[in-house]
Amino acid sequence: MKKYIINRIFSMILVLLVVSSLTFFLAKAIPGGPFTKEKKVPDVILKKLEEKYHFDDPLWKQYVSYMGNLIKGDLGPSFRYDALTVNDIIKKGFPVSATIGFLAVLLSIILGLPAGIISAYRQNFWQDNTVMFFSLIGISVPSFILATAFMYFFGLKFKILPIAGWGGFRYMILPAITLAAYPTAYIARLTRSSMLDVLSQDYIKTARSKGLSEFKVITMHALKNAILPVVTYIGPMIAAIFTGSFIIERLFFIPGLGKYYVTAIYDRDYTVILGTTIFYAFFLVTANFIVDILYAFLDPRITYEEKK
Amino acid sequence: MFKKVLIVVVALALVVGFAGCKPAVEETPKVEQVLTYNVGAEPQFFDPRKATGIPEFTMLLNLFDGLMRYDIQGQLVPSMAKSYDVSDDGLVWTFHLRDAKWSNGEPVTAYDFEYSWKTALAPETESEYAYQMYYLKNGAAYNSGDITDSDLVGVKALDDKTLQATLEAPTVYFTSLLTFTTYLPINKKLDMENPDWAKSADNFISNGPFTITKWVHNHQIEMVKNPNYWDADKVNLDKIIFLMVEESSTELMMFENGEIDFGNNPPLPEMDRLKDEGILTISPYLGTYYYMCNVTEPPFDNVLVRKAFAAAIDRESIVTNVTKGGQLPATAFVPGGIPDAEPGREFREVGGTYFEPYEPDKAKQYLADAGYPNGEGFPEFVLLYNTSEGHKIIAEAIQGMWKDTLGVNCTLTNQEWKVYLDNRTKLNYQIARAGWIGDYTDPMTFIDMWVTDGGNNDTGWSNLDYDRFVDVAKSTGDQAVRMQAMHDAEDILMDEMPIIPIYYYTNLNLIKPYLKDYYISALGYTDFKLAYIEEH
Amino acid sequence: MKKKSREDMNEKKLFTPVKKEELGIKEFVRPSVGYWKDAWRRLKKNKLAMVGLVMIISLLLFAVLGPQLSAYKYDQTELTNCYASMSKTHLFGTDAIGRDVFTRVAFGARISLAVGFVAAFISFFIGVFYGGISGFIGGKTDNIMMRIVDIFYSIPVLLIVILLMVVLRPGLGNVFIALGIAYWVGMARIVRGQVLSLKEQEFTLAARALGASKRRILTKHLIPNTMGPIIVTATLLIPNAIFFEAFLSFIGLGVSAPMASWGVLASDGIQGFRSYPNLLFIPAIFISITMLSFNFLGDGLRDALDPRLRK
Repeated sequence: MKKYIINRIFSMILVLLVVSSLTFFLAKAIPGGPFTKEKKVPDVILKKLEEKYHFDDPLWKQYVSYMGNLIKGDLGPSFRYDALTVNDIIKKGFPVSATIGFLAVLLSIILGLPAGIISAYRQNFWQDNTVMFFSLIGISVPSFILATAFMYFFGLKFKILPIAGWGGFRYMILPAITLAAYPTAYIARLTRSSMLDVLSQDYIKTARSKGLSEFKVITMHALKNAILPVVTYIGPMIAAIFTGSFIIERLFFIPGLGKYYVTAIYDRDYTVILGTTIFYAFFLVTANFIVDILYAFLDPRITYEEKK
Repeated sequence: MFKKVLIVVVALALVVGFAGCKPAVEETPKVEQVLTYNVGAEPQFFDPRKATGIPEFTMLLNLFDGLMRYDIQGQLVPSMAKSYDVSDDGLVWTFHLRDAKWSNGEPVTAYDFEYSWKTALAPETESEYAYQMYYLKNGAAYNSGDITDSDLVGVKALDDKTLQATLEAPTVYFTSLLTFTTYLPINKKLDMENPDWAKSADNFISNGPFTITKWVHNHQIEMVKNPNYWDADKVNLDKIIFLMVEESSTELMMFENGEIDFGNNPPLPEMDRLKDEGILTISPYLGTYYYMCNVTEPPFDNVLVRKAFAAAIDRESIVTNVTKGGQLPATAFVPGGIPDAEPGREFREVGGTYFEPYEPDKAKQYLADAGYPNGEGFPEFVLLYNTSEGHKIIAEAIQGMWKDTLGVNCTLTNQEWKVYLDNRTKLNYQIARAGWIGDYTDPMTFIDMWVTDGGNNDTGWSNLDYDRFVDVAKSTGDQAVRMQAMHDAEDILMDEMPIIPIYYYTNLNLIKPYLKDYYISALGYTDFKLAYIEEH
Repeated sequence: MKKKSREDMNEKKLFTPVKKEELGIKEFVRPSVGYWKDAWRRLKKNKLAMVGLVMIISLLLFAVLGPQLSAYKYDQTELTNCYASMSKTHLFGTDAIGRDVFTRVAFGARISLAVGFVAAFISFFIGVFYGGISGFIGGKTDNIMMRIVDIFYSIPVLLIVILLMVVLRPGLGNVFIALGIAYWVGMARIVRGQVLSLKEQEFTLAARALGASKRRILTKHLIPNTMGPIIVTATLLIPNAIFFEAFLSFIGLGVSAPMASWGVLASDGIQGFRSYPNLLFIPAIFISITMLSFNFLGDGLRDALDPRLRK
């Protein structure tokens, strides 16, 4: 296992390197740059700007210089926001996104897992049908409709929660619920399906006939095996949610990291594109790594050795 | 008997007592003078010398005060300058500054102005709007690095209170240019000690009606009344909160909930309802929405084709049914609201209209004359636009009009913003959507776009007569001559129609009726110097 | 004496040889049917799944026939009749420039259903086999394959789509490619996880002991047993794909106007939902119905294809 972990850490670093390089070249390959504006910047100034940021250097040179700074932890300035560096953007935006993200993930696991388990256990009974109904709503209603509906009813009509903005727990409730809708439904469905598979296995019959309490059967035997696909899903889900959702943060006027993933590309803000991508990639590979380690604990038969 | 008297006395006392309890004058509760304005975007540059967007303009013009300022009637009045003189040849302008202080108490001097203007032009500052200062002698040369001695630039502080500007050519509208952010003063000492002062609220020093107290990036900026402002008596608002809500439907809900007093981005589909409810404010906006043609390639290299397409657009229908914001059909390029040479008359009024808003029969005739009767044989072509709800439905409507009237087939292509701009610049399109907002209140901001090889001329169109007229207008201070030259230029432009005007913009805002005495400039920014909140 | 005992024995016969004809009566064992026939049979019995199937077929018919049968064309504007409410002449009302919403929704069905199917197919075929192989072989190969997945996950799909848009002609093709790039990774990871666990189970060992080839083990044993999570994942990503397409269109990377998918119609409807809710809710309801149908069908498929539930 130890060897596996070390191996994985090396490959993770490799992945981050590849991702940043590919993103760098992709971003530079698409037309337009940060200074492409409707009111044309005079050529004189354009030239000066390109000199300052070394856009006129050969591409490989820009790449090397960027990677050099990256290793030192300097993600560069933002081209779109004069007052912010990419490090600033991540430092200010991430805690905001992560706070709502954390609430949403918590909600989705606390609601989704038990819902899925009960649903599978009482298949075709009213519990199953109720859970299925709500989960179908959660996945088929798009987040922007849910968000707008929440804002309208709870914010404008009944005035019990703020419509949008950031500044205290009350502002986090609606965005977190909206963000949690899809994952909760997904986790519930996935858990249910997986549990159904597991509950029909022979070893469950064995456990029951051994006289174990139903609770123990479900938690210690069934769940441990059924949760594998759920864990697979939760890993990348956490990475995505924690780094911010563009739609939620835009609609609810939340100063998180999410909006940059889209606007930076739109603005051709190369450093922000790279910074946010690498940040997300880092989260993602770490999450997947933890998931893989968890696999080994959940199912001791899983081995990462090569098949002979 | 005594008991009776006592009762009467007590009764009287009670009556008098209660009567006396009523206060002689009702205390009117003072309504809080705090304005919440949705500026809608995080600033790119917060240094007046470099700012480029209308959100920045609005905020900076409330933080700073320039030599001149517009009052709420739209009149240009001296502000930081008490008075000014102009030399006979119109080239040398001398401004006499009034006594005024920075927000930190230091006096504002002509040296601050000189430093500010020169550094705005300095190539190292990389100001995208430096070209606004090319009116100053040697401004362009200094900016391009042709000359390196800033003393040669046409601005000089003669003493603490006297600023002298020397222009390249007589520019009658120079005073209106001075309201522009690029010409605002910055604190010289501050900039020399701390060049990053414009990046946060901590060390920000300004000389205008308000000072900045808080800047939460991507969220909001807060300003309070500046007690050191020379005209502080006239400033009524105590605090302005500038929010950065980008989503228009969110802004609308917050506005209806009372969390926003002034929003600048009402959603298009709600126009009718907002107008009915009386919360939509329509103000003039110096801008034209148009389609530009690539005249270097078929099919739009043929002027008859262009005129056919122009005549086939039912502009009234578009502004009434599609955009619904009180826009006006454009039957010329330069919009109304710009004064002409004769006082009291507008350029648009004098220039008149060049065509009817909708001439389907003429359109068919033009196309037939061009060799495509009823659209037969006309190649399929592409209309390019950038994604945004409004542009899409306008394009879809016009696509329908061209098909119905001319019988031509147009494919709509929406492209991502920068790809679209890039393609336009590279002449990699046939016909494309465009819009232009004026930089200052003179026809030149619209006219000089279309000179041969002009930086913003993405049509490939070139007409030497046009260029000549523009040069004439730029080189004289005689308004009558200038205006006539620009009219002549517009005549040529509309005759050859490399661009097809569609409508003149309006500035649409959501404004609570209790906000008074704000000034919305036709250039797009809003001045809150005199604004106040009425009881409501 | 001896004669009597033989007769006795003949009378008290304990075992009688069974005649061949009698064999047929006791045939309770059902005839052995193929895997697929059995699955179809079980699917038919599932009422909800059948409802889902019928709905999907109806939606397909709606997509194909709707625009043909309608009196209007999807791009036919009528500027004097914008934002009309639902009525007999315009079943679902009209939009911002007077186009019939019913026709547009029917036309949008073509795009959205296509997007949904393509997303499901691509994630299924590429994702399942990639994940299956990765999990099955394990070790270093698994590590490399999964790291490639990580890379795909991390690179902004938006960049790729813009590049595609520049290099290729804009249109639905780019959307399909983008979907392909974006969705196979999720499926691959789920399948790989399942396979990692299943390959250590007894039935795999049994299959191997019986001499089954690696390919046979993977395709006939492991993958059918992962059907549950596969189907759930595939059906759940369909609305995701529909909104992804809307998102792409919103930025200018999907279908060109005046064509519109349900996702585009819904996101266009957002800004005006207070005044004209039909423009938002009608496409949204269609998306939800599609979702439900695929889910019911998917659940039924899962139950039908699960080898363990064979009766």
